[in-house]
Amino acid sequence: MKSAVVQLPGLNRDRDMIAALTLISGEAPITIWQTETSIPDDVDLIVIPGGFSYGDYLRCGAIAARMPVMQAIKDKAAKGVKVLGVCNGFQILVEAGMLPGVLMRNTTLRFVCKEVKLEVVNADTHFTRAYAQGQVIRCPVAHHDGNYFVDDETLAGMQDRNEIVFRYAEGTNPNGSLSDIAGVINREGNVLGMMPHPENLIEAAHGGRDGRGIFASALDVIAA
Amino acid sequence: MTVTLKNGVLDPQGKAIEGALGSLGFEGVHQVRQGKVFDLEVDGTDRAKTEADLKAMCEKLLANTVIENYTIAID
Repeated sequence: MKSAVVQLPGLNRDRDMIAALTLISGEAPITIWQTETSIPDDVDLIVIPGGFSYGDYLRCGAIAARMPVMQAIKDKAAKGVKVLGVCNGFQILVEAGMLPGVLMRNTTLRFVCKEVKLEVVNADTHFTRAYAQGQVIRCPVAHHDGNYFVDDETLAGMQDRNEIVFRYAEGTNPNGSLSDIAGVINREGNVLGMMPHPENLIEAAHGGRDGRGIFASALDVIAA
Repeated sequence: MTVTLKNGVLDPQGKAIEGALGSLGFEGVHQVRQGKVFDLEVDGTDRAKTEADLKAMCEKLLANTVIENYTIAID
């Protein structure tokens, strides 16, 4: 299972993501720069990490979503390659139209950097198979614009199709997101976006391993 | 081009501004909505083409039409 991490100016969680993928798969991911127009055929998982691409100018993720590499990622996603966007990566995926909705400014207007609880609402995805349905895990968040919003009609369809994968649990919603949504998946089930940072809770030094399951699932190393 | 939030979309920044205006003593201020203005100089003399281009710019980049509306003015 070969993975790739996308790099764009202003993303700053790429090294954490590379460390997590290397630790869990035993193989370092390749890196893909924003101007690249093709992605190697043997890549099975593309990860867009967190950060502040293009300084969050215009809207978070808006500029990054229009870079050449995104067309290459869309082409791969259309062929079934798994794509994971974390934090700014999630914002980029919605701006690119690869996931529904939008991530608005936190209702508190404050940047939040803390640990939350996440309910695994759908454990039957490529990214969550290592968890139990309804399991509540710990996960750190660090963002200013994580307030997920989507119109009522789209939300109803997403709920019917089990596309809401993570919700903030036990009253820990840090940003005012609609229906406590923390992570969503596309209709085809191969593109997941989430605001929390599972890559920062994978080993003892992090204070826990709750985030491992996402990578173990996506990388087909369930035993991790 | 002016980009504003659609009705029904919560605008926490607008709410904060509304509160600040109130604390400055401006009474009777309601429904503050924050938006963006893009001021462009565009080459060409074909007004219809320019308007179509500006509309495409709004649709493709300047506005997120999930939550935002836009208006265009040319002079």
